[in-house]
Amino acid sequence: MSDSMVQVRDVTKVYERGKQKIEVLHRLTLDIGKGEFVALMGPSGSGKTTLLNLIGGLDQPSAGQVTVGGCPLDQLSGSRLAHWRARNIGFVFQFYNLMPVLSAEGNVELPLLLTHLSAAQRRSNVAAALQVVGLADRAKHKPRELSGGQEQRVAIARALVSDPQLLVCDEPTGDLDRQTADDILGLLQVLNRDHGKTIVMVTHDPKAADFAGRRLHLEKGQLMEQAA
Amino acid sequence: MTRAGFVVANLFRRKTRTILTVLSVIMAFLLFGLLQSLSHLFNAGADFVGATRLVTQARVSFTQPLPLSMVPKLEAVPGVARVAYSQWFGGVWQTNTQVFTFAIDPLRYHDVYPEFVMPEEQWKAFADTRTAMIAGKLVADEYGWHVGQRIPLSSNIYPQKNNSKSWAFDLVGIYDGKDENWRKQANAVFINHDYFDEANLFGKGRTNFFILKLANGADAEAISKTIDAMFENSTDETKTQTERDFNLGFIKQIGDIGLMVRWILFAVFFTLLLVVGNTMAQSVRERVPELAVMKTLGFTDSGVLALVLAESLVLCLGGGLAGLALATMLGATVEKATGGQFQLRVDAFVWSVGLATILLMSLAVGLLPALRARRLRIVDALAGRL
Repeated sequence: MSDSMVQVRDVTKVYERGKQKIEVLHRLTLDIGKGEFVALMGPSGSGKTTLLNLIGGLDQPSAGQVTVGGCPLDQLSGSRLAHWRARNIGFVFQFYNLMPVLSAEGNVELPLLLTHLSAAQRRSNVAAALQVVGLADRAKHKPRELSGGQEQRVAIARALVSDPQLLVCDEPTGDLDRQTADDILGLLQVLNRDHGKTIVMVTHDPKAADFAGRRLHLEKGQLMEQAA
Repeated sequence: MTRAGFVVANLFRRKTRTILTVLSVIMAFLLFGLLQSLSHLFNAGADFVGATRLVTQARVSFTQPLPLSMVPKLEAVPGVARVAYSQWFGGVWQTNTQVFTFAIDPLRYHDVYPEFVMPEEQWKAFADTRTAMIAGKLVADEYGWHVGQRIPLSSNIYPQKNNSKSWAFDLVGIYDGKDENWRKQANAVFINHDYFDEANLFGKGRTNFFILKLANGADAEAISKTIDAMFENSTDETKTQTERDFNLGFIKQIGDIGLMVRWILFAVFFTLLLVVGNTMAQSVRERVPELAVMKTLGFTDSGVLALVLAESLVLCLGGGLAGLALATMLGATVEKATGGQFQLRVDAFVWSVGLATILLMSLAVGLLPALRARRLRIVDALAGRL
């Protein structure tokens, strides 16, 4: 296996809902190598999204450690964690989560507002990202003027534009028809194979998981098996 | 795209709501600018600089008449070139058309107000004819009066010796102003004080106020103090002021203008806080998932707070500046329309108070929604638990 991009060591995550404590992940350990395309699968409530959130630095474990790209995330908090996410992680969500008030290029440029790039450099990076996802001709369109598949491509471009090490995708094809879903997954494969992006994708769809190089099955917060 | 562009784009996600909110801010600051200027006008200290005339009235009120025997004493004050006097008649034409009517000494008034122009023969006719009257061009044109007519006027206050409030006067002249400003003030009617004094049922030998024409280079403030000191502790104490302050005194009779203005502005801004505050709160509530996504992209909690506060500031600043600008233009229009009599100036002081108010208001309406945005947890927001 190549060098580890993601190391999860003995991670437990407990949520408190009022007086109730719900253990979503139980002493989970796994490694994801650089350049891997991994699908996280499992039934609803198995902890897939929770694990994804921990890897993406959106949440902190109740116990254990998550290290991404050599950086232990438990040593970061607040604004430092936000800055780390901006530089290292690209997120793709099931429902795209684009800003409706911005055009496609505005949405893709949003993460670059956190950098010191000049306006010209930002425009250049945005154009390149939209080119990669095949939407250069739709740059000026608002999300409401795009199809579901196109919106997801814009979301992928937004995730790529800062050139992150890791792409974290939460059910990226959950809201798409089969054909469009295959197109999106094909794009993710290209990003992984040709651009060397490490991708962790949560999916409940076995056909989507076929596009990944490795599958991880979670059940009741524990890793059941790993399949290549 | 820039952060500023993003802020503006978010403001216009609901165009109608934003436009209506901005309009309410504009109206509030338009009122603020005008009312603050009004309050400033009434509460500013007396300004004697450049005054070429003063008005002396009874200290208690201008409705309290003063004796004509004061005239030689006033004329004896160094710096006073000429003294005229004016008595309110309270004229009513036909059924109930109010006409500003004053009883004056024609020649004295002619000397003190060279700005009112009329052929000399008409001034002479006015002085020589006891029942004469002259009318301002604005009044004459409005009612279709012409020289030679006998005009019946009744008085709100003064009956004749036969108890009748119906008077009649011979229109011997029509005066106008020397320039545009003074033409706007050719709106009064003047009758002969001697005739009025002899023919009316009440008091003799008294008048409402004196108008003092000052010599060139005279110190208006010093003369004002000298005159009032002269009559202090007498039965007819005086108050001597500029014409501008005298005119403002009429309006001050309504009540404490400053207090009224403060209460009106309080009501206006309290309502505005609720309206704009609601707009900001709604705006943040609708965008919880978007704000969470911004945090996933790397915007810090403080960065998101700053963006929401920036929206609040842009909203209030846009409307506030437009409102103050409109107030400035409107104030200048009022000043021009009244021939400089009513100086409703939205000056630097009003602008700076306005800007401070804009900043405070934007903080007041934006802080709670901004804090909500700051505090929202990404995971809960994305999962729809907020």
